[in-house]
Order: sequence, then C-alpha cells, then structure tokens
Amino acid sequence: MSEGTGRKAPYIIPIGPTHPALKEPVMFTFEMEGEMIRDVDFAPGQTHRGIEWMGMRRNPVQIVHLTDRICGICGVSHTFAFARAVEQIAEIEVPERADYVRTIIAEFERIQSHLLWAGVAAHELGFDSLLHLTWRVREQSMDVIENLTGNRVNYGIVQVGGVRRDIVPEQHQIIEDCLATYEGLLSKLLSLFLDDRSIALRCRDVGVLSQKDALELCTVGPTARASGVNVDLRQDYPYSAYGDLDVRTILPDQYAGETRGDVYDRIVVRLLEVGQSCGIIRQCLDEMPAGEVTAEPKIAKLLAICKKASGEAIGRVEAPRGECFHYVRMEAQEAPHSWKVKASSYSNLMSWIPMLRGEQIADIPIIVASIDPCLSCTDRVAVIRGERRDILSKEDLHRLSVEATRRLQA
Amino acid sequence: MRNGRLTPEEVVERFTERLGADILETRVQERREGIKKNPNYNIWIDLNRDALKPAIEALIEIHYPHLSVIAGSDLGETIRLLYHFTIYYGTPAGEYTVTLAVDLPKGDLTIPTISDLIPGAVFTEREKQEFFGITVLDIPDGRRLFLPEDFPQGVYPWRKDETGVPDSMVNKLWASKRPTDRPAPPAEEKEACELETGEEVEKPGSTGVEEEPK
Repeated sequence: MSEGTGRKAPYIIPIGPTHPALKEPVMFTFEMEGEMIRDVDFAPGQTHRGIEWMGMRRNPVQIVHLTDRICGICGVSHTFAFARAVEQIAEIEVPERADYVRTIIAEFERIQSHLLWAGVAAHELGFDSLLHLTWRVREQSMDVIENLTGNRVNYGIVQVGGVRRDIVPEQHQIIEDCLATYEGLLSKLLSLFLDDRSIALRCRDVGVLSQKDALELCTVGPTARASGVNVDLRQDYPYSAYGDLDVRTILPDQYAGETRGDVYDRIVVRLLEVGQSCGIIRQCLDEMPAGEVTAEPKIAKLLAICKKASGEAIGRVEAPRGECFHYVRMEAQEAPHSWKVKASSYSNLMSWIPMLRGEQIADIPIIVASIDPCLSCTDRVAVIRGERRDILSKEDLHRLSVEATRRLQA
Repeated sequence: MRNGRLTPEEVVERFTERLGADILETRVQERREGIKKNPNYNIWIDLNRDALKPAIEALIEIHYPHLSVIAGSDLGETIRLLYHFTIYYGTPAGEYTVTLAVDLPKGDLTIPTISDLIPGAVFTEREKQEFFGITVLDIPDGRRLFLPEDFPQGVYPWRKDETGVPDSMVNKLWASKRPTDRPAPPAEEKEACELETGEEVEKPGSTGVEEEPK
C-alpha cells in the first residue's frame, strides 16, 4: 500500500494492548489486504495479575474475596466455582437453601451481563439510543443485586459452605417487580435488535464461527450455542439448584429457524437467555426450601475444616459467557496446594481467528465484542502503511463502524 | 449403557481395557446438590505419559470431548498435568468430566502436543509451558501467552522449587512506599494521618509537622 511501490502489499494493524473497559486487555495484530482482514493474531495477558499465585498463598476464606474480584462482571461465578471445588474436597454439604440463593444471584448476574453486552453491541453498531435503553433497564437488575448482596459489583455473597446473606420475604416483591419489567421488555428488545434492517445487515453472516470450529476450539457459552453447539452446564451438568429446575439450552434455531453461527445468532441467544433467567429466578423463589444458608457460620471453624482437607476437585459453573472452571488441590495446609482458574473467555478467545478472517476493518469492533461483553475493545490503533504511520483512536474505529451502518442504510 | 451413553464405570472400563497397564489409578467422584440430589460425575484417570494421546483418541471415539483446560501441580519430584475434558455435553444431566492426569518427572519435563487432536488445546499448552517450564513437543505455536515479554527466562510462576517466583520479584503492597524515581507530584504531599489515642486532630493551617504526642 505504500506509495511508490505500486504493489498492493498486505499491511499490519496492531490493536491494543490496553483498553480501559477490559479486564483482559488484548493485543491484536491484523494483517490487512485493503479493507479485508487476511489474518489475525492476538496476545492476551497484557495485565496478568497472578491471581492463582496469590491464591496459593492464602486460605480459602481469603480466596473467596479474591475470586470475587477476578472479573468485574462475573462477580459471583468464580467464587461459586471455587467454593464448589473446596466444598467437594472438604466434604461440606451445602444447605439446599444456599443452593437456591446462589442460583438466584447467578441468574441476576446473567441478566445484567447480557444486557450490558447488548448495549455494547448496539453502541459498536452506532445505535446509541439502543445502548442507552439497554443500560438504563440494566440498572434495575443491578439495584436488585445490591439489595440482595449489599454490593453492585463485587457481591461478596458466596462463602465456602453456603452464602453470607439470606433472601428474606420482604425482598421477594423487589425481585418480582424486576422480573416483571424484563419480561415486559423482552419482546420490545427482541424486536428492536432482531427486526431492525440495519442490524441484520451488519450482523447477519458476519463473524461466522462454524459448528466444527466451535467444537475444535473448545468454545463455551453463548458463543458456542450461537454456532449450534448444544452446551450449557445448567442443562448438561446441573449443579446447585439447577438439578431441580430442568433448564434447557437456548439455540438460535429456536428463534430464527436456522443456525448460522454469526453475530446475529449471538444476539439471539443472549437476549433469549435474559427471558430464560427470569423464569429460573421465579421458579427458584417459588420452590426455595426453608433452612440455613450456610453449613458453617463460624469462620474459624470453617477454616479449621478446610485446613484438614486434602484431595483434588473441580468446580464448574455456567457463567454468563460460558463454562467457568476451577481446579483445586488441597493437602491439609492453610492454603490450597494448587489452583487453576479457567474463565469462560479463556476458552473463547481462539474463536476470534476464524471469525475475523476475511471480514472488513469496520467489522472488527462488533465481531470482537460479539464473543464477550467486556471486549468492546480498540482503545488505540496504529496503522502502518509503508513509511506512514497513522494512529486510529477508538473513536476513529467506532466512526468507521458507524459509517458502515450508515452506508447500508442509504 | 444408559440411553446410548456409557455409565461412568463403563467409561473407566473402556480405558482400562484399551490401555491396560498404562492406567495407574482411576476413581469416579460423585457430587449431589439441590433438593433432588441428582448426581454429577467426575471421572479421574491417572496414566503414563505415553498413554496420553491413545487415551484422548479413545475419548474421541466415545464422544468428541470439550477440553476445559490443562491444570497443573508441582508435587516436588514431579509435575502433575491434568487434562480436564468433558463428554456427553448436550444431554440433560448427562455430562461427565474426564480428567486425564500425567506425572512428569522433573528430569524430563516433556509432553507431546495434543493440538493435532484438539486444535483449541494450543492455547492452554502455551500457558503450561510458561508457567511450569515444561516442553510441549511439536507445539504449533510455542510463544509466550500471558507473561509479559520482559518476564525473566527460567522463572516459572507455578513451580514450588528454586525456579518459582523468588521473593525479590514480589512487590508487597503493604510495604511499598512512594517510588523515589518519579517526578514530584503536582501538589505537595500531605502528611500521613496517624492518630493515636488521645492525640488531637491537627487544626487547618498548622505546619503539619509531627509533634510529640501530648
């Protein structure tokens, strides 16, 4: 592309490595041919915090507060998974009521995470009025989470052996009001997102991930489901209260009659899951058994139990973005001997490569965002064309994306 | 057989029949939660390093597995790698986790890549190389994954021996002070407020110099 060579050589666009909205900043390197992405590479770990290293030097009660802070959106999934692993090693029976409280919080987390993502997706496409609508309605679920746990983000509700706060009858009405709002809104949201001609033009057959690739790249969660892979831990491996609830996987063909594995299908799956989560929460409230919410309320006793435990176990939960996996090995010590955290995005990053190949530069923001709400991405971009070097800010890239929408609308 | 699926015990049998003496230990862990206490099964299989790829091939014959992650553990003499798979996803309450565990002696920390069987594995194999200092043979992409480029060679964060993170690399937040090699802050720094019992709060306009407690 550089002037004077007369040859249309591929050029390299690095994107990243840091962007403020991300818990895992990613460095992208795009090999471009004109406007088309020929190949893509990425390097995660730009701010690796060594959480596992820290955990292997702390006791399980300290770790639950660390796991709360692994992710800014999944405030409960990691703690839930870690606690389940430790409970298996220490042979702690979690009271049934605690299983239900955990499930209700986990589903509220899914609702707020999916709505946050829907807003980001709308913004990347240039529909800021839709961004404002989704983020405004998301507030109600955050308010309910705050009411139930005391916190909006780092919930601090799950403890090894149960939960730290019960849900009392006075809170049922607040939860019910919130569910009613979302159920009333869902058909409107579905129609705003899925019946819109411009969104369909920007998202249909864009960023396609085939079912074969989804399986081979170990993809999880809504990203895998949008490609027609029937995976959902709540259905396949029903932990906690999910075993009583009969949850079924949501696949895009249930709505559109077909599965294409594109960005559009990812919107379908996430929006439908908001409605599904409302149903799950309501069922949990109705069927919640009475009783204690923790197996051991005294922290000193709980630590003593953990200190005697030895063995290895897996804790898995279905986080909003897919399987969240914790491996813990304990050897009758204060701190766990080994700990491995596998967040859901860990499994999904590889799927960017087939999704992005062959797509346009203006589609980068929406495709990158389509696997994960946090990766709204592209803080600054340097474009190197021969000797020239231009810096593209996030705003520039966003403008390109908006212009692409406008061109389609014209 | 149950609805065309092997029971957890049958999965274990399949492995012991196929791989015989290479299977060192097996156990099936059961966990029941909720009111109905429906079981979830976790299958653990310890095997020899040479049997890892045949074992994964046997797993693929049962059901194309989902690889969650490869976890690891430094056990002193050996490094234990745990390949966490799941099979029978897509079946309500039918999924099992299958963990294939391999112990590598510290003198020979090599393991063949499994990315020819499961392409997505390369991501987690790269992580194990940099965090445990193992060598994944024939890995298609052996670059670092999470650790920064300037992270020293030969330091492996999850090792518990002399190659682990040394104390000198650990920055203790509670002990850290304002760095001395930075430009001065735009506004003058306030004295740290350390009130002891009986001490009076300093009035605004005072020099801020710490006085002897009265």
